[in-house]
Amino acid sequence: MSKLIEVKNLKKQFENGDVITKILHGVTFDIDKGEFVSIMGPSGSGKSTLMHILGFLDTLSEGQFLFEGRDVSKLEDDELADMRSSKIGFVFQAFNLLNRSTTLENVMLPLLYTKVSKKERIERATSMLEQVGLGHRLDYSPNKLSGGEKQRVAIARALINNPDVIFADEPTGNLDSKSGLQVMKLLQDLNEKGHSIILVTHETYTAEHAKRIIRLKDGVIESDKQVLKRQIADNNDTLLK
Amino acid sequence: MDFLESTTNAWKIIIRSKARSFLTMLGIVIGVMAVIIVMSVGAGAQSLIINQVKSLGSNLIGVLPGNSEKDGPPASALGIVVTTLTYDDGQEVLKNGCKCIEGVAMYVTGNDTITAGDNSITSNYTGTTASYIDVEETDVEFGHFFSEEEERSAGRVVVLGFGTKEKLFGDENALGKRIRIGKVNFNVVGVIKERGVSGFQNQDDQVFIPISAAQKLLLGIDYLNYMRMKVDTAENVDQAVESIEQILRDQHNIGTDEDDDFSVRSAAQGLEAISSITDALKFFLVAIASLSLVVGGFGIMNIMLATVQERTQEIGLRKAIGARSRQITFQFLIESVVITFLGGIIGIILGVLISVAVAQAAKNFGYSWDLVITSSSILLACGVSIGIGLVFGIIPARRASKLNAIESLRYE
Repeated sequence: MSKLIEVKNLKKQFENGDVITKILHGVTFDIDKGEFVSIMGPSGSGKSTLMHILGFLDTLSEGQFLFEGRDVSKLEDDELADMRSSKIGFVFQAFNLLNRSTTLENVMLPLLYTKVSKKERIERATSMLEQVGLGHRLDYSPNKLSGGEKQRVAIARALINNPDVIFADEPTGNLDSKSGLQVMKLLQDLNEKGHSIILVTHETYTAEHAKRIIRLKDGVIESDKQVLKRQIADNNDTLLK
Repeated sequence: MDFLESTTNAWKIIIRSKARSFLTMLGIVIGVMAVIIVMSVGAGAQSLIINQVKSLGSNLIGVLPGNSEKDGPPASALGIVVTTLTYDDGQEVLKNGCKCIEGVAMYVTGNDTITAGDNSITSNYTGTTASYIDVEETDVEFGHFFSEEEERSAGRVVVLGFGTKEKLFGDENALGKRIRIGKVNFNVVGVIKERGVSGFQNQDDQVFIPISAAQKLLLGIDYLNYMRMKVDTAENVDQAVESIEQILRDQHNIGTDEDDDFSVRSAAQGLEAISSITDALKFFLVAIASLSLVVGGFGIMNIMLATVQERTQEIGLRKAIGARSRQITFQFLIESVVITFLGGIIGIILGVLISVAVAQAAKNFGYSWDLVITSSSILLACGVSIGIGLVFGIIPARRASKLNAIESLRYE
C-alpha cells in the first residue's frame, strides 16, 4: 500500500497577542491509501485542528506533513486551495449546504473551481446523486430534505471531484440514529470501492465503523490501533447512539 | 467557471431578493438618470442658445467703438461713449477693404416719442444705411427700404418694423403716411416683413431712418454706435477682420493694436465665448449630478459588506471545497458590478425618457430644442456604472476573500 499521509512530530499552536495556545504537541502517524481511519478524542483534544491541517484548511506550526509524498507545509494559499479542490472532499456535521441553490447545484459546486465543462458538471453531479440514492431530488432545495438526505447530498458533493480522501467531521452528529446509520453505511461502501476515509468523531461506537482508530488526548496520540471488532452498518447493526 | 457563468450566477443571486437588489441599485439608477438628463438637457439648452446666436449670422462682423480685451466686453457695452467711429470709416472699409466684405451697415440708435395721427409710442429707432437690408438679410413686406441717396441726404423717410407698424396703424396701410419722431416728420416708405423673436430682441419693434437723418436731425452727433459687415463666406471672416482692423488703424492714425480705439468682433468669437460659458455650466451640473453616483456607490458598498457577513458560511464552504481567494473576490465583485450595471441601464432608460419628455415640452413652448443624446454619453454612463461596481465592490469582495475558512464554516 502506498502512503497517503505521513505526519511526523506535527505541532500546532495559536498565537493571540501574547497568549500562545498549544493544541497539538507533536503527533506522528501514517495513513495508507484505501484506509478507513477514525480520529477520536474528547473536546479540546485537538482532533478538529488535526483534521483542518490534514484537510489543507490550516497550516502546521512545526513538524512535517507529507501528502502523497509531497511536503504540504511549503505550499502557498492558492496551491492549498487547489489541493482542496482536487485531492479531498469534506463532509461536515452541519452539512453546510447552500439552501438557496438546488441539490444538484450544491453537488456541482466544487466543480465550479475546476476546468470541467458545465455539461459534464451536470452529468457528474446527477450520477453522483443517483449513487447516494437521491436521483429523484435533483431540483429540491436542501431545506426541504431530511437530515439524512442532506448529509447524503453533502457526501455526493464531497465525492464529485473524485478525491483521494474524504474527511468526515462528525458526519452523524446532527442526525437521528437511523439516518446516521445510513450515512455510515454509505461511507463504508465508499471505502469498499477504494476511497480513503478519515472520520472525526468523539463517539466510540461511530468510530468503530472504521478499520483503525487514532485516539487523541490533550494534543498527543493516546493510542493508534486497528479495530478488532468492527461495526458494519447493515440491517443487523445496532442503531447509532 | 467562465465569465458568462459567473455573471449568470450573480444574476440569480440578485433576482433572488428583488426588493433588496432594487433598493441597492436605486442610488445608481438615480445618479445615472441625473447625469443623462443634465447632459442632454444641458446640450439642448446650449444648442438653443447657439442657434439663436447663429441666427444673427455667422458671417457677420461687428465693429464697435473703443478698445477692448479680445474676450472681454467692448467699452461701449460698459456705457463708455467713444466717438471715433465715423461714417467715412465704413465707406473706406467698403471701398478698400477685403473683397470678401459684401456689405457694410452702420448704425446709430436713439429713443424718442413716435407719433402717427393720434397714436403715440415711445420706441427705439435706428439710423442706418441702405445696405441694412442686405447685411441683415431681411426684406420689406410693403414699399421699399430707403435708398443710398436718401441715406446720404438725410432724407426724411422711415421704414417701420412689422410690429411698430401694427402699433401705429393697426391693419391700415401705412405707406405714404406721415409719422413724427420727436419733432421731426418722416414719410413711411416701407414696412419690414415679420421676423419674430430672434437673438434676444424683437426684430419687429423697430423703426429705421437714414443714418444721416438720425445723426443730424435727431441726435446731433457725427459718430456711429456700431457697424456690421457681411462677409461672403464664414471661412473668410478672419481675413475680413484683419483687413477691417488695418483700414481703421490707417483711418485713425494708430500704430500698434494696443492703441486701437475700436473693436472688431466676429460672430464666431461670440459663439466661442458663449460655448465656453455654457460648457462650464454643463460641466458644473454634471459634476453635481455625479455626486449622487458616489452616494449610490457607498450604498452598494454597504449592502455588499452586509451580504458578505450574511454569507460567511457559504464563503467558508467555497474555500473548503477548493475556491482560491481570487475566485471569491471575483464572485463578489461580479455581483456588485452586475447590480451597478443593471442600475446603470435602468438609469439610462429613465434618463432618456425624461430627456425626450423635456425636449417635447420645450418644443411645445415654441423653442427650437434639439434632443441631444449621444451614444458616447450612454457608453460613458454604462462605463461609469460598471466602474462604480468595481470601485465600491472591491473592499467587500476582498473582505470576503480574506475570511478564514475554518472560522467561516462555523459561523452561525
